[in-house]
Amino acid sequence: MKRVALYAAALGFVVFAGFPFYWMLITAFKQNRDLYVGASDSGHIPWIFNDPPTLEHVKLLLGQTDFPRWVLNTLVVVVAVVVITVAVAVPAGYSLARLVGRWGERLGMGIFFTYLIPPTLLFVPFSRLVSLLGLQDSLGALILIYPTITIPFCTWLVMGFLRSVPWDIEEQAMIDGLSRLAVILKVAPRLIVPGILTVVVFTFTLVLQEFVYALTFISSVDKMTVSLGVPIALVRGDVYHWGALMAAALFTSIPLAIVYNAFMDRFIQGFTMGAVKG
Amino acid sequence: MTPHRTLADREDVLGTAMLAPALIYVILLVGVPFGFAILLSFSDATAGSLHFGWAGLRNYAAILGDPIFLRALRNSAIVTVGSQLLVVILATAAAQVLRAAFRGKRFARFVLLLPWAVPVSLAAIAWTWIFDSTFSVINWTLKAAGLLHGWLYWLGDPALALLAIIIVQAWRIFPFATVIVLAGLSSIPQEIVEAAIVDGAGFWRRLFQVELPLLLPVVAVAVLFGVVYTATDLGVVYILTGGGPANTTHVLPTLAFQRGIQGADLGQGAAIAVFLLPFLIVVAVAMLRLARHTEVGAR
Repeated sequence: MKRVALYAAALGFVVFAGFPFYWMLITAFKQNRDLYVGASDSGHIPWIFNDPPTLEHVKLLLGQTDFPRWVLNTLVVVVAVVVITVAVAVPAGYSLARLVGRWGERLGMGIFFTYLIPPTLLFVPFSRLVSLLGLQDSLGALILIYPTITIPFCTWLVMGFLRSVPWDIEEQAMIDGLSRLAVILKVAPRLIVPGILTVVVFTFTLVLQEFVYALTFISSVDKMTVSLGVPIALVRGDVYHWGALMAAALFTSIPLAIVYNAFMDRFIQGFTMGAVKG
Repeated sequence: MTPHRTLADREDVLGTAMLAPALIYVILLVGVPFGFAILLSFSDATAGSLHFGWAGLRNYAAILGDPIFLRALRNSAIVTVGSQLLVVILATAAAQVLRAAFRGKRFARFVLLLPWAVPVSLAAIAWTWIFDSTFSVINWTLKAAGLLHGWLYWLGDPALALLAIIIVQAWRIFPFATVIVLAGLSSIPQEIVEAAIVDGAGFWRRLFQVELPLLLPVVAVAVLFGVVYTATDLGVVYILTGGGPANTTHVLPTLAFQRGIQGADLGQGAAIAVFLLPFLIVVAVAMLRLARHTEVGAR
């Protein structure tokens, strides 16, 4: 009896969480005559393929829209923001965990709190800054602004990660005669690699997901990122190409889902530090 | 023997040098714009020119007398509270399920995380299709089950549209809360739970009298982040309803965007966004208290 309740609850959650993805999948591969049957027609079951699946929406998406271009733009922004974030946040996290001593914790908390200041509060001043710098409607604006989200969170992540790495190896290197700087340059990087990997993954997911700044700064269709272009530019006037739209949503979700499944626990450590002990 | 200390051994110098880029970035591109956002709300700045004139409280007077703004403020509160209530219930229940051992658990965990992984804007467009006025699969299913006799215009009716927004926000945030609650559950000392079992406490008593009180700080963290993510989110409402029908479903971020960016009235856009601050201050203060509380508890 208890097992039945457990499986029923698990099934309920899987259906609630997964249903929109099932809907993306089935929409992306349905023929139009199977897709656009009004829901008031109770004889036509929308949950299944009533006609054989088709690749026409995928062909439309990859061949006749700017989707490939958006993927490329997104990758450009990902690489640039990853470089900036790693270069800035990793040393800062190391400094807070190992070098600046007692006030490191407070400062770390302060930096983390800026992560709570939302894009929707900052987009108005940023729109002026971006036009002052002549970066409106360019990927440069996103590359400049996205680190304002990734740096605070990743500094905090690296700091927390280093706390769990024992001192011994660095200490031994100093006893062996290396200067503090030499330890940082030669020994520390090897220790931080898993932390850096988490930073890269977080930055990748953030750039793929971000919508507010992209919507504010980018207006040309060929400069858009995936998460902006798909919901905004794939809709032509009042015409929604639902098959192509859902195919795009599905293709973007798959890599993110895999990455999240692997890295969720590490991100969560960043959020619960302090509230969960051990 | 005094050790010879060069610059390369001074921890304070190295520490400051390594921290400086991050601090400068955060101060210049978060701190200063944050101050500027508040300053802009007292100005008559527009997007077209670089003119910046003092407007005093004019922007605030304008929006406080504007029924669309008041409605947006109310909607923001309703959506945030409503979705977070749902999130707490769903997340504690889902965490209980995911903690148990069962066949297909890895798959269930994978699917449960999906809503949190997918970009907000793409999830919102999928839900727009699900709630479509002609093709809504929800309507078809309700009709097929005999639960619906008329027709639900999900995104065309103000009350239903608000409900749709709450559902989507809860859907996208509960996985995150579930994982946080799971992390909290695994940190509850096993002895306490075992002692409760020995004392004869059943599942529900254990849940409500032992585990939930111990989980409170963790659930609070989940809710606090949830409040920030919901109250400040633009994507869901922008894509789902665009603030419509007839400006009835705007929330603060979408209205600030419409006035400040699309309408080029930076001053009024900033003033609307400033009303997000109370949500954020409550969250920040609660977090600090929580951090202090658990620190004291740890000693």
